[in-house]
Amino acid sequence: MHLFFQELLNGLVVGSIYALVALGLALVYGTMKIPNFAHGHLYMMGAYVAFFGVTIAHIGYWPAMLLAVVVLAAFGALLERLVFRPLRDAPPINAVIAAVGVLFFLEALAQLWFGADFRVLPTPYDKVVHIAGLVATQQQLVVVAAASAMMIGLFLFLKRTMVGATIEAVAQDRLGAALVGINPERVSMLAFAISAGLAAAAATLIASINLIYPSMGSTVLLKAFAIIVLGGMGSIPGAILGAFILAFAESFGATYISTSYQDVIAFGILVVILTVRPTGLFAKEA
Amino acid sequence: MTLSRRYAGFALFAAMTLALPFVLHNPYYLQVVVGGYIAAIAVFGLNIILGYTGQLSLGHAAFFGIGAYTVALLETRAGVPFWIALVAGCAASVFAGYLVGLISLRTRGHYFAIFTAAIGVMISIVFTNDQDLTNGNIGIVNIPPPGPIGPISFESPVAKYYLVLAALALAAFVCWRVRHSLLGRTFVAIASSEDLAAASGIDVMRNKRMALMLSTFLAGLAGGMFAVFIGFLGPDSSGLDVTFDMLLYLIVGGLGTLAGPFVGTMLVVILTQFLQGFEHYRLLLFGPLLVLLVMFFPTGIVGGIARLRARMAAS
Repeated sequence: MHLFFQELLNGLVVGSIYALVALGLALVYGTMKIPNFAHGHLYMMGAYVAFFGVTIAHIGYWPAMLLAVVVLAAFGALLERLVFRPLRDAPPINAVIAAVGVLFFLEALAQLWFGADFRVLPTPYDKVVHIAGLVATQQQLVVVAAASAMMIGLFLFLKRTMVGATIEAVAQDRLGAALVGINPERVSMLAFAISAGLAAAAATLIASINLIYPSMGSTVLLKAFAIIVLGGMGSIPGAILGAFILAFAESFGATYISTSYQDVIAFGILVVILTVRPTGLFAKEA
Repeated sequence: MTLSRRYAGFALFAAMTLALPFVLHNPYYLQVVVGGYIAAIAVFGLNIILGYTGQLSLGHAAFFGIGAYTVALLETRAGVPFWIALVAGCAASVFAGYLVGLISLRTRGHYFAIFTAAIGVMISIVFTNDQDLTNGNIGIVNIPPPGPIGPISFESPVAKYYLVLAALALAAFVCWRVRHSLLGRTFVAIASSEDLAAASGIDVMRNKRMALMLSTFLAGLAGGMFAVFIGFLGPDSSGLDVTFDMLLYLIVGGLGTLAGPFVGTMLVVILTQFLQGFEHYRLLLFGPLLVLLVMFFPTGIVGGIARLRARMAAS
């Protein structure tokens, strides 16, 4: 039973990260109908920015995370403007291929600038805490708390502010939103910026627990895709729910089944869902 | 371009590839060309499913891996001769394509891309983790070269070159036959609109499955060739990034064009060689190139040239 709760905690930590990454992917898919295959690499760049913020610029943990979020948000907005907006009217496959081009570029850039070394982001929260017989690092608790705060913040932003409402409006009906005076292009840019910013925050949080390396985003990306298919492409609550379902499935699967096939669980879920429901769970349209 | 000029051009090209080993004496360069040919075979396959039929299959390298591992395992573990192993490798790859097609082709557009990416990654995880079968990350070494057919032996690099060239010719022939048949026109119809194709009486599922199986056949053929020519096989050969590389080759050459897979693959492979010491960062160049191509030349070099020609002919 003790092991069970320990795995529950681990699942909560991993699920928080998955949720932030999947949320960004869902936000971009919702507003632009683009499966952003470069999303995992934005996540990776975020981790590097934070790493150099802490180790070279010595600006401290939280300012480094803020720096990573701002830099990546700006980069995300730039990507939307330069790459994805011009491809709006092209066949949908073109945007995917362009995303692969961006992914190529970012990974090569990381190889060139940062090398293939594995790095760990130093964290001020490196002590171990015991809660009710469970062992956790402070960092794990920071991950869960910070991710929850960001999810709540994003939710309030989307539901309670005018700007947030425009994102939902464009996601529901791009043309309709444009008709009532919303600029869909500015909203797309904003969605991309938030998406990349969330990825950077997620990467910064996990970079003190896992390693930083140029291809760290690849697996996370595919898992995030599994999550948003699970939660309904483009659905915000679906992405959060899907992230925790997957994280718990992985966490318990690794303990009770096999660690080497842990990563297969996500793709297995994806394959089963798309086999049973080819348009994904909770799909609004056929 | 008149028909006779087109045939003349083709004959010249065939003569060039046949004469290449006599001109190119450096065995390393010959190896690079052979590696390019092998990749081009797989890219011809990607062109059938993506270029003609419009379905972005991101599991392509996994089928390449299935062909390669089947050949490598049959040869090294069971002592099966290369030729039989190659047929088995292609068959395994086609059968896997059939199974994957049954479930994945019911999805459309982005879902299909994500679905096939997931299947591809699962297959490559199995290659990485199944220590008993595939030897995991260490891979399979000392895969024997093809045995002789009658008096022809395939020990020398030049003989190997001709064998791969023959496989490449087969791949190009398959694509050419498909493109100029009812089947190929059906594929193109599906790419332009599945609903319209279905409305005109096309069995969309069946034809998409056919396209996927043809593409996995060529992927398996390329994989089998890869296993025996490199002589070493690891799980890296079947990952998602290999599929992305193939995608790059196809987009550079020209999506849906006949010569595109060959032109794109050879161009990128040879350019990479010129980047000496910078190969690791080649994607710094090819990444943005891919974005620009897809924006301004979605039909790649071959399609771009054809368009220029048509414009010149019109004026």
